[in-house]
Amino acid sequence: MAKKMHPTPMLDKLETGPWPSFVTGLKRLAKDNDMMVDLLGQLETSYETKKGYWKGGTISIFGYGGGIIPRFTELKDESGKPKFPDAAEFHTLRVMPPPGMHYNTDILRKLADTWERHGSGLIAFHGQSGDIMFQGARSDKVQDAFDEINALGFDLGGAGPAVRTSMSCVGAARCEQSCYDEATAHRTVLNNFTDDIHRPSLPYKFKFKFSGCPNDCMNSIQRSDMAVIGTWRDNIRTDEKLARAYFAKHGVTDLVNDVVSRCPTKAIQLVDASKIPTGPSISAVKVSDTQAIAIENRDCVRCMHCINVITGGLSPGKDKGATILVGGKRTLKIGDLMGTVVVPFMKLETDEDREKLVDLGRRIVDFFAENALEHERIGETIERIGLVNFVEGVGIEIDANMVATPRTNPYVRADGWDDEVAKIKAKKQAA
Amino acid sequence: MATATATPRRAIESGVPDNKQYMHPTLLKNYGNWKYHDRPRPGVLHHVSYSGEEVWSVRAGTQRQMDVHTIRKLCDIADKYAEGHVRFTIRSNIEFMVADEKKVAPLIEALTTAGFPVGGTGNSVTMISHTQGWLHCDIPGTDASGAVKALMDDLHQEFIKEEMPNRVHMSTSCCEINCGGQADIAIIIQHTKPPKINHDLVANVCERPAVVARCPVAAIRPALVNGKPSLEVDEKKCICCGACYPPCPPMQINDPEFSKFAVWIGGKNSNARGKPTFMKMVASGIPNNPPRWPEVSEIVKKILYVYKDDARPWERMSDWVERIGWPRFFEKTELPFTKYLIDDWRGSRSSLNASAHIRF
Ligand code: HEM
Ligand code: SF4
Ligand code: SF4
Ligand code: SF4
Ligand code: SF4
Repeated sequence: MAKKMHPTPMLDKLETGPWPSFVTGLKRLAKDNDMMVDLLGQLETSYETKKGYWKGGTISIFGYGGGIIPRFTELKDESGKPKFPDAAEFHTLRVMPPPGMHYNTDILRKLADTWERHGSGLIAFHGQSGDIMFQGARSDKVQDAFDEINALGFDLGGAGPAVRTSMSCVGAARCEQSCYDEATAHRTVLNNFTDDIHRPSLPYKFKFKFSGCPNDCMNSIQRSDMAVIGTWRDNIRTDEKLARAYFAKHGVTDLVNDVVSRCPTKAIQLVDASKIPTGPSISAVKVSDTQAIAIENRDCVRCMHCINVITGGLSPGKDKGATILVGGKRTLKIGDLMGTVVVPFMKLETDEDREKLVDLGRRIVDFFAENALEHERIGETIERIGLVNFVEGVGIEIDANMVATPRTNPYVRADGWDDEVAKIKAKKQAA
Repeated sequence: MATATATPRRAIESGVPDNKQYMHPTLLKNYGNWKYHDRPRPGVLHHVSYSGEEVWSVRAGTQRQMDVHTIRKLCDIADKYAEGHVRFTIRSNIEFMVADEKKVAPLIEALTTAGFPVGGTGNSVTMISHTQGWLHCDIPGTDASGAVKALMDDLHQEFIKEEMPNRVHMSTSCCEINCGGQADIAIIIQHTKPPKINHDLVANVCERPAVVARCPVAAIRPALVNGKPSLEVDEKKCICCGACYPPCPPMQINDPEFSKFAVWIGGKNSNARGKPTFMKMVASGIPNNPPRWPEVSEIVKKILYVYKDDARPWERMSDWVERIGWPRFFEKTELPFTKYLIDDWRGSRSSLNASAHIRF
């Protein structure tokens, strides 16, 4: 039987309304868990005073340096004693999820049982970096909790200046847009970095994220240091039955307004069914007996829009792979950065292909470790030293797809121009 | 029996678990072989494989911070109605997969009865991705779970329906570090006053050069205060970003009165149509008013419903503003456009209008 509840008039107001309430969950836990009684007390105090009361510290499990987020209360009385002693320690274990976040009920129940025994009983599915966050363990329980979670086949994720937990989209498991096996790529890459996940020793965090197509459901472009985004390089595939089904339902107005005119590069045209253009880079499909759409694939930027609208009627091509971008991050310290294309296309079908991805990741992380300033993300390093120094440093070939436009300012020494031209020519001849 | 001298257990560095062991059998069988999908109703996705097999996924909202009893309740539903398999989305929705269409309606019924709203697919407002707040972070200016709960109560109808012009992704963050990320509408606490320094503690707690290096505007300098080594802030330079606080907690940035909310719009990660976009700040100075933050809700709903009325099909928030222009955005939403919304940070000229493109 748990101790008496503290009054929580403010939190109580979060128990009304149609959305599931975490407060109701906390209160349910508090029925047989003193830690939750006091956690509610501290949280209510935060609601009253509009102040947070946690401070960090250092706690890790045996053999690892990161993955636990320690929290100690700062809400103390005059004599320095915690006002809510049973929640004075409230640490989080960051645990890496399976790719695509698939579970069966057996494993979820086992994870829940473990956390009820050793922690607060509060779990976030999932944190913003993808971790299962087991929130609220006392210092002396962290190791036991981890041991059980670890025995169930799960491992700690990253925290601090380390390779961080990754995420991949549902992709091949249930999405027709998937352009590579995200889960296998995710596991292959991350499991080659376990040491850098568990023992923080980089200048700052480094995140990989895997999205199966340019819809980028994992937000990889803005939220990861190395984004692996599925794409294809041959022609968009078509299926007349499904294209006709779309048209039958929507008609020509929607086709023009929602598809043809929304193509960012005007690669799509509406054509007369008797005048369908042909050619090696044309995808065309009849939507009715009289009308068809035709796509010039050399003009297509693989934005996904038309494919999203006419799902199945249009689909990614067959020659699939991924585009790799580096340097996405939010705000601190130079402002937001999107990832920049460093490899326009990479095949990701075989183990050998994936080894090349791991190798690229390794070269980038090593470059980061050696060249970034303390607390600098790789995107900031690139901004500081220039993209060319970065790609040459990691051994990636220059490609016109790396830029939105060539430079506009003249402040450059171009005395190596002829040598570069000669090199490029020689390479072309050798190919 | 464990004794004090026993060697501690070495971790099994197993890394990322294999998802195939947990995956729904129909997903496993058709892995990489899906042909198309449609949405028979809000909250339900129907995927068809090249093999002809089909799967229905029912998506429900959760409170993200879940107690084990809630998890077990979801497991009971999965066992009884959904073949024992689930997955989570990046926005903390839960998905139940069934290989038989007849199982969809009873599953929806069971979820709804248990208090989990079914929706979040297609053109709906999906669950808000959020951060930790007062529950667990060490630098939060507000709560995240609570603000999200309050807002999702208000937006419940937009979650269970698919009536928006395109999908709407939202996020909240409890400090400017913005762990919540880019979104169509993002709600972020913003500090509006420089840090208050407790000079007695700085020398003991903070590695001073590291703190100086953290400031993006070089506003921090080492100083001797009351004979003790400390730090001082040039308050005219300080942009109140809060970056000095994590490495130096005696530089308190959160303020019960002056930490306010800002609202940002038009962030998009997807490459669909336009390139991905960052979100832009459109409102500031909104009170941090727990437990239900009505002022924030008011502004968010105003923006959302103007967008809903005015945007054309497939226009995400950013596409819509690109068509109507920022002046009209501020006109329609009745939000004041103040000088603070004109960027003056690095690279700011790229956000200025270098053309005669004006809409009247
Ligand atoms: C004391 C300091 C901080 C704490 C306690 C903290 C806490 C967190 C937590 C708990 C998460 C979710 C983690 C997970 O899912 O595993 C997160 C994600 C994130 N944090 Fe922080 N954070 C801190 C500092 C920062 C800083 C300094 C930045 C950037 C300048 C930052 C940017 C982010 C971003 C962008 C994400 C989301 C990343 C993603 O989507 O993968 N955080 N943070
Ligand atoms: S990123 Fe593409 S492949 Fe992955 S789930 Fe989203 S739409 Fe599907
Ligand atoms: S995928 Fe290609 S053809 Fe389709 S809308 Fe995008 S750019 Fe145009
Ligand atoms: S947004 Fe700020 S306060 Fe919130 S979890 Fe991230 S670092 Fe903590
Ligand atoms: S709040 Fe930001 S700008 Fe102000 S002193 Fe701290 S780090 Fe510098």
